Amino acid sequence: MDWTLIFSRAVEAGIGSEAIIYALAAIGLNVQFGYTGLLNFGQAGFLAIGAYAIAVTVATFGLPFFLGVGIGLLMAVVMALLLGIPTLRLRADYLAIVTIAAAEIVRLVVRSVALSDTFGGTDGLQAFSGAFYDLNPYPPGEYGIPPIIGFDNRSMWVLTVGWSLVAIASFILFMAMKSPWGRVLKAIREDEDAVRSLGKNVFSYKMQALVIGGVIGSMGGFIFALSRSAVQPDLFSTDLTFYAYTVLILGGAARILGPIVGSMLFWLLLIFIGTGMEEAVNTGAITFITVNQVGAIRLMLVGLGLMLLLIYRPQGIFGDKREISIDAR
Amino acid sequence: MHAESRPAGKAAALKAFEGMAAEPGVPKPDPILVVDNVVRRFGGLTAVNVKHVEIQRGSITALIGPNGAGKTTFFNQLTGFDTADEGQWTFNGRAMNGVSAYKVARQGMVRTFQLTKALSKLTVIENMRLGAQSQKGENFFRGLVPGLWRGQEDEITAKAEDLLRRFKLDAKRDDFAGSLSGGQRKLLEMARALMGDPQLVMLDEPMAGVNPALTQSLLGHVKNLRELGMSVLFVEHDMDMVRDISDWVIVMAQGEVIAEGPPDSVMSDERVVDAYLGAHHDAPLSAEEEERQLHEAEAELDKESTE
Repeated sequence: MDWTLIFSRAVEAGIGSEAIIYALAAIGLNVQFGYTGLLNFGQAGFLAIGAYAIAVTVATFGLPFFLGVGIGLLMAVVMALLLGIPTLRLRADYLAIVTIAAAEIVRLVVRSVALSDTFGGTDGLQAFSGAFYDLNPYPPGEYGIPPIIGFDNRSMWVLTVGWSLVAIASFILFMAMKSPWGRVLKAIREDEDAVRSLGKNVFSYKMQALVIGGVIGSMGGFIFALSRSAVQPDLFSTDLTFYAYTVLILGGAARILGPIVGSMLFWLLLIFIGTGMEEAVNTGAITFITVNQVGAIRLMLVGLGLMLLLIYRPQGIFGDKREISIDAR
Repeated sequence: MHAESRPAGKAAALKAFEGMAAEPGVPKPDPILVVDNVVRRFGGLTAVNVKHVEIQRGSITALIGPNGAGKTTFFNQLTGFDTADEGQWTFNGRAMNGVSAYKVARQGMVRTFQLTKALSKLTVIENMRLGAQSQKGENFFRGLVPGLWRGQEDEITAKAEDLLRRFKLDAKRDDFAGSLSGGQRKLLEMARALMGDPQLVMLDEPMAGVNPALTQSLLGHVKNLRELGMSVLFVEHDMDMVRDISDWVIVMAQGEVIAEGPPDSVMSDERVVDAYLGAHHDAPLSAEEEERQLHEAEAELDKESTE
């Protein structure tokens, strides 16, 4: 078995673009679910909006790249408002139903045949990331720590921008959650009627959380589109949302570092297990499965891992045990 | 704002009620809350149907009634947690119907809940800080710059610590509210409500689930609110408490206000007794009937003794 390959792929996944995308998606969910208690099951929709905003603006309409970024952020705000206005006054589960449906609507709209001139149908869109890579300061070549880590100059640029976005978003949330604003959010998560009785406009705070989480999610969509230089509608199915929740719970909800470490660890383990099993099958160490079955078994292990996590460490890696155990009284 | 100009305390409150007719809807000399024709229906059931009621400023008013009388529903309507189907009410002369709960609280009418809503995963001091109004740092963008709200936060913290000392919760300052006992949570909820400097404190069953040792302290705190110039309206089942601390009692039954009066006399009001025990509870139908029952019983006794 080629252990260097296994470790190399795992470590690269742990710091690669996938980890960034899921970290941003999970940071957005952390604002909504972790701190405010809003069940947004449509985070994939926000990522799709971010990714397609850039792609459509540049590839379909030939407009500047940064206009696409602006449109993406704006559309994420609009989407959050549209979802929030009818549902945030209702019980929490209504938001879950509406968001999961809205994310599917976004996906079905961008893959529809009728709009394929604009969104490219099931094939999606390509050739929109030129302006982004033109800004790349890294000269062509291989970067990293051989033999484990190696990225080309394009990946390096994506990673630099991506991790910077993660750092900026996390820093802003760190400041916000320490402030009285963050205190109101955490209080809403506990009992919104109590917060209302203390003169806080709960609806407004929930809306702010939904918007901020959605905007951070749409940044994940930017990285998604730019790292691949392509967008396809079916990359934004509901699995993405649930992986993002897995990442958040793994790292620990309502903790600033939770989604970041959760995402890195999730991808490291996922690729480690996947590559490891593939190698084992290829070298004949495991004989009862084929390489094609590895993907499915890998996901079964993710599910098993998530269950074990929820049973034995529901607070995740960074969570506070006390915060969890109080409810069990 | 109104409270400072008036004499506060029990004597002043009792003086205001002196000689007042003990009738439902009787006008008060200085009402803080005036309710007119408030109706709430749940399908075919009329849960609340209050014609007219006034709450005197600077007094402790009890709202009592048998189970299902509509007290809590009425409470929820007044505080914006439920909508009224009809009717209007004014707080400090301002119309409050249709005003959302958080705005009601900002106007100075703060409530507590029957099932205590301590925010259990926040610490006691954070619970207290949350109660303060008009916080600069509660805006997202200003919150990002600690320099803009630090000063105010320190003032809020000082005020919170002062209140915690008064409510003897200062030892619990940094504990999670979820680790407090039931009675301590009631105290915390009351203290937290006071952080917003309310004029009218609405307590929904403040004594429910509180152990007797804490009851006295809680009673003292409620009385103290009046001394500080606040008005109190509370729902309660514990009659001893009602008699002990209230200046005036309003009795609800089947959604309507059926009686009002001072605590000593309202308990013996026929309408109130009827509402609690049902009309004609184990009373003989008439004087003759009573006589007949008595004779029957005597005859039976005689028969037994002769045998």
